Amino acid sequence: MSAEFLQLSLVPLLVGMLACIACALPGNFLVLRRQSLIGDAVSHVVLPGIVAAFLVTGTVAATAMLVGAAAAAVVAVVLIEFVRRVGRIEPGAAMGVIFTTMFAAGVLMIEQSDTSGVHLDVEHALYGNLESLVWFAAEDWGSLTDPVALADLPPQLARLAVVTVAMVAFTIVAWKELVLSTFDAGFAESVGARPTLIGFLLVVAVAVAAVAAFDAVGSIIVIAMFICPPAAARLMTDRLLPQIAWSIGFAALSGIAGYVLAGYGPLWLGFDASVSAAGMIATVSGLLLAVACLVGPHRRGSGRSGATV
Amino acid sequence: METFLAALMLSAGYNTAVVSIGAGFLGAAAGAVGAFVLLRKRSLVSDAVGHATLPGLAAAFIVMALVFGDGRILPGLLAGAAISAALGLFAVDWITHNTRLHEDAAIGAVLSVFFGFGIVLLTVIQSLDTGRQAGIAGYLLGSTAGMLRSEAETIAVAAFAVALAVFILRRPFTLVAFDPEYAAVRGVNVRRTDLLLMAILLAVTVIGLKVAGLVLIVALTIIPPVAARFWTDRAPHMVMIAAVLGAASGFVGTSLSASAANLPTGAVIVLAAFALFVVSLLVSPVRGVVAGGLERMRLSRKVHERQGLLSLARGEPIYDGLTLRVLRRAGHIRADGVATLQGRAAAAAAQREEALWSLYRREHPQSAAVSPALELNPIAEVLPPETVAALDRALPRVTATAGQPS
Repeated sequence: MSAEFLQLSLVPLLVGMLACIACALPGNFLVLRRQSLIGDAVSHVVLPGIVAAFLVTGTVAATAMLVGAAAAAVVAVVLIEFVRRVGRIEPGAAMGVIFTTMFAAGVLMIEQSDTSGVHLDVEHALYGNLESLVWFAAEDWGSLTDPVALADLPPQLARLAVVTVAMVAFTIVAWKELVLSTFDAGFAESVGARPTLIGFLLVVAVAVAAVAAFDAVGSIIVIAMFICPPAAARLMTDRLLPQIAWSIGFAALSGIAGYVLAGYGPLWLGFDASVSAAGMIATVSGLLLAVACLVGPHRRGSGRSGATV
Repeated sequence: METFLAALMLSAGYNTAVVSIGAGFLGAAAGAVGAFVLLRKRSLVSDAVGHATLPGLAAAFIVMALVFGDGRILPGLLAGAAISAALGLFAVDWITHNTRLHEDAAIGAVLSVFFGFGIVLLTVIQSLDTGRQAGIAGYLLGSTAGMLRSEAETIAVAAFAVALAVFILRRPFTLVAFDPEYAAVRGVNVRRTDLLLMAILLAVTVIGLKVAGLVLIVALTIIPPVAARFWTDRAPHMVMIAAVLGAASGFVGTSLSASAANLPTGAVIVLAAFALFVVSLLVSPVRGVVAGGLERMRLSRKVHERQGLLSLARGEPIYDGLTLRVLRRAGHIRADGVATLQGRAAAAAAQREEALWSLYRREHPQSAAVSPALELNPIAEVLPPETVAALDRALPRVTATAGQPS
């Protein structure tokens, strides 16, 4: 049992949890800034970025994919801003134009190029494959300290761990500027906190989190990670720090409960198969949000008083 | 290429023709509805609607596979999709109105959670070993290849019906989208019209699932209206142009996708719509990039001509290359920079104009500040004759005190 757990479940469990937390952290600011759909846009344009990187380099090496996806996210943000200004339309519509087009281009590139030899297809891009992250070198709990076995860990785990740490670091380092520009951009400008730059850095952080999590859970479920835990946390408290704490809690809970329910839920119901873990994680995060919407203590807000620090 | 032309001419087979025509109607309905939704600033609601169809689609498939042994019955799938999309729409509305969360968070949460749950149901379908599950993947990204004749006909007829419904309802929709308060005064039930608009958006999404796919159908309701916005500032025209652009994207995209392998229908339709968008962005005479650039160039030439003439009148030397070019082309100066007879007359006229305008600026500073670029035009064309006459009378005295003989 324990060897099986280590081989098949430990890594997906950790990866799912880290992906949730890495996305939920910047997601807090997206939700407060009414930019939740930036997460939507960015996670869609990850696909063409990855496909383009594959077509250019011919490999599925992680670095190339990450660079390609991050570049695509930056291109998308620039294009969205361009369309919004030239067309004088609301940002939502500008986003809709750009991210659907880039996603369509990604789909077309996949279908047109010969990617059959590698693990790159649209379904995988949409909902990932958490279950494939197995750790065969693990034999027992001792493997956790065995360097040979550890070297065999799926690289996604280390990548997500690094990205999660980076997200925490970004939030701490840019804390003052993030808070100022989120709650009062005009004041932030006047005290030199550079809200535009911070807004751009936030998008880059979102892109990095989306790219890292994308590989494990797929692009659309990444959106759930960005929005659901912070949104639910927003309904639990009026203060920013507790909100972030709640969102991390919700994110970790979604990751763990989602994976367990997907792997063992059908067994408990008497079925012999498991269901998509990524999909189940999104579902759980949605259920948590639904509960928060119905009974969260601060679900209605108090008019003028928003969250404070 | 030949197959593409054949498909455009509706001679590449009955199914392709029916689907292309159906996609044309669908595009028209989507473009028009999208224009109203864009005016209401709710464009991305359709993204939530599109993704929210997946669980209903999958659940309908499971039920039909268990009951009939075949899950791929189109009307049943579409009914399931419509039910879950309506739930998603209701959830977006409920969250926006009953919690402190804003619509963007509600849209993102609904689309991702519904989609996630749909993926869970899809993996359930994979574990069923019945129901011919291969058909379901086509709904994610749209696929018209291998469509049954009855399916193609159903989609075409339903798309036509929705396009017709949008056409019939265009007046209340325009009123409500453009100015809800005025619409209410005119006796239009705003709430019910909004609901109808959302119902039609939902119908477009559901009918378009098989053609454009649930991930990309949102593009068909956003890109044509945004492109239409470049051609006009008037709401009724915008709706019409969006419908035409949408119809063109749907028809051309579907034909193109049928003409070769590996051209997924949904993606090709979206790219066709985007191509029309780029054309609109560049060449539209109203606010296109090219028209805007030309307008700026014209303005800059006018400024240079005026400043050049004023310099001529004052006898100052001109160094700026563009100014010299503009003056030379207008025949105001010779190639060596000396003013022609016509140039001297124009310079005197420009100086008088400038004097009148500067007097006007001093006497009516507020009116003058409204639109400074107007001052590049002859004052008699812009201001009423009495004002110009009054300025004219005041002019000699002013110029005399300023020590500038006119």
